[in-house]
Amino acid sequence: MPISLQLINLMAALLLLIAFAMLSQRRILSLIYLFAWQGAVLAANSVIVAWSTGQTHLYYSALVTFALKVVVLPWILHRLIIRLNIKWDVETLINIPTTMLAGIALVIISFNLALPISQLAGTITRGTLGIAIAIVLLSFLMMITRRKAVPQVIGFLAMENGLFFAATSTTYGMPMVVELGIALDVLIGMVILGIFFFQVREAFDSLDLKHMEKLREE
Amino acid sequence: MAEMNEILFVLGMPLFGGLVLAFLGGRPGAAMLNVLFSLLTFIAGALLALRVVGEGSILAYDEMFFVDSFNVFLVALTAFVAFTTALFSRPYMLNELHHGKLSAGMLRLYHSMYQMFIFTMLLALLTNNMGILWVAMEAATLTTVLLVSLYRTPASVEAAWKYFILCGVGIAQALFGTILLYFAAEKVLGAGGTALLWTHLNEVKGELEPTVLSLAFVFLLVGYGTKVGLVPLHNWLPDAHAEGPTPVSAVLSGLLLNVALYAVVRSKVLVDGALETRFAGDLMMGFGLLSVVVGAFFLSRQKDVKRMFAYSSIEHMGLMTFAFGMGGPVATFAGLLHMTVHSLTKSAIFFTVGHAAQKTGTQMMDQIRGLADTNPTIGWGLMLGSLAILGMPPFGVFASEFLILTTAMREQPWATPILLLALGVAFAAIFSRVQAMVFGETTAKRLPHPPALIPVFVHLAIVLMLGLYIPPYLAEWYRQAARLIG
Repeated sequence: MPISLQLINLMAALLLLIAFAMLSQRRILSLIYLFAWQGAVLAANSVIVAWSTGQTHLYYSALVTFALKVVVLPWILHRLIIRLNIKWDVETLINIPTTMLAGIALVIISFNLALPISQLAGTITRGTLGIAIAIVLLSFLMMITRRKAVPQVIGFLAMENGLFFAATSTTYGMPMVVELGIALDVLIGMVILGIFFFQVREAFDSLDLKHMEKLREE
Repeated sequence: MAEMNEILFVLGMPLFGGLVLAFLGGRPGAAMLNVLFSLLTFIAGALLALRVVGEGSILAYDEMFFVDSFNVFLVALTAFVAFTTALFSRPYMLNELHHGKLSAGMLRLYHSMYQMFIFTMLLALLTNNMGILWVAMEAATLTTVLLVSLYRTPASVEAAWKYFILCGVGIAQALFGTILLYFAAEKVLGAGGTALLWTHLNEVKGELEPTVLSLAFVFLLVGYGTKVGLVPLHNWLPDAHAEGPTPVSAVLSGLLLNVALYAVVRSKVLVDGALETRFAGDLMMGFGLLSVVVGAFFLSRQKDVKRMFAYSSIEHMGLMTFAFGMGGPVATFAGLLHMTVHSLTKSAIFFTVGHAAQKTGTQMMDQIRGLADTNPTIGWGLMLGSLAILGMPPFGVFASEFLILTTAMREQPWATPILLLALGVAFAAIFSRVQAMVFGETTAKRLPHPPALIPVFVHLAIVLMLGLYIPPYLAEWYRQAARLIG
């Protein structure tokens, strides 16, 4: 096994580890740091893939990922939680062990789901598709188990990271114009959500989503 | 490849308008400016349509944009309804301002985002790149989140949150579908920019890996289907329609749902070519039928008038999805016609409903009475609009529903009784409610700014015309589009 492949597998393993860490992290500030780490590992992974396959466009992609997901988004999130005064918030998560077990089940499902696709793929990174799908599903699980607005959004962003990783492992990344478009969407989305958080707090006096149960079908 | 200034104008107008209104949107004349930009967009869209009808499909700007009779008809429709909604929105938003529900800052946000929303929809329609299509659809969600929560009431903020999270997660599925599509395409077309261009994909669709494509279609259908409002992914839709300002409900129902369905149909064409089975069509028929039935039964239980018509949109989008799923020239023709008439009728209904709710100060149907008495145009507009949407002849909805039902009878006989039952339930529910709202005693007040009801009657007149007589060039246009979709 060449060294680059080992490095890629290491990165994939790190991403999975971070996804599980996010699932069980109760402090909002640490969650943001974990998200930034996830972005950093993703960018590093893109650089390794670019270096070992000669896909030069992945270098730019890594640069965009780094700028957006390690610098800009965590910075916006950090500013937000300071302005919203929830920097030291700790969420009470029920049943972390159960969530973790569900997470493990999701990982097994993902690997089964990825198998037929990765067999068709010709990329050296194809083995990591299972992990990419697992990250998407784990982020989804995180969104379901969280009752507060900011962690839910971090889960949403982590899901996008998982999809980005899936694109890198099956096809060495999407065409540059599409990747830039997605990055722009994520950035605009974050800014809009930043405004939106203040509206949520103004309307409900908290960012706890348990207050949101007015709109129901009777 | 000729220069295509029309495309540039169609996309440039709303983008420029959004930027200008971001600065001037709170001024007294901003609503007029909003109308002006929408009118210019519509003129550009009409010119583009004329050109495509005359010259056939066009690829422009390094194959970045692709216009054929399928999307150009949606471009024209989108630009037209965006224009008439801007006309309606002027007095409507002034009334809201007068009632103290809005501030000048909120109005600025509204005008700017309105234009940006139109821009994202037109970009989604015109782009040739399946990846950019995704980007534009996501951007369409983002531009409308703050519009749904414009009033800042707890209910509207909750609706916007639901809208953002559900559509965001949904559209993430579509991104995975797009990745899978690119994965299959890259093997045939090679890596790089061209592998996601729809025209290239369409040429080689027979060589794409069938298993990957069928998986991709499931994700694309679930993803874009969330935005179409297909059951069981529809939960955001009634809330967003009921809590946002009425012009936003009108463009969500009349335009965004259509554009999302457009994305599904474009994907279906590729998948059909790769699979040569009825897999994609069957899946769409299933989702469509479920939406028709659930939409009809849920709408009969609503108390809020905008929620009721939101469920009616789910029902009609389901019917279109079913028609496109069935496929074949007649059903596809009917689906396209239904897209047009539903979009026009539903936005007209929302215009009247919006003013009715302003006059009575409530959206609860049991408190809205006697609209025909105080303002006959609102009352009769709502009555005629409801009759049209319920598929009464001679309106155009009757023609399209009739075509869909007769084709279903021939090709999918099992589905016909289900469809008829659902349409009957919807009829009974909407008709009795609307009748009570239009006639009877009333306490409604006069509005400080007289409502602009011309758009309502223009829309209904077109729908009526399409029911009686489809002009030959339009029929030919639909037929061309139906051939493209297959």
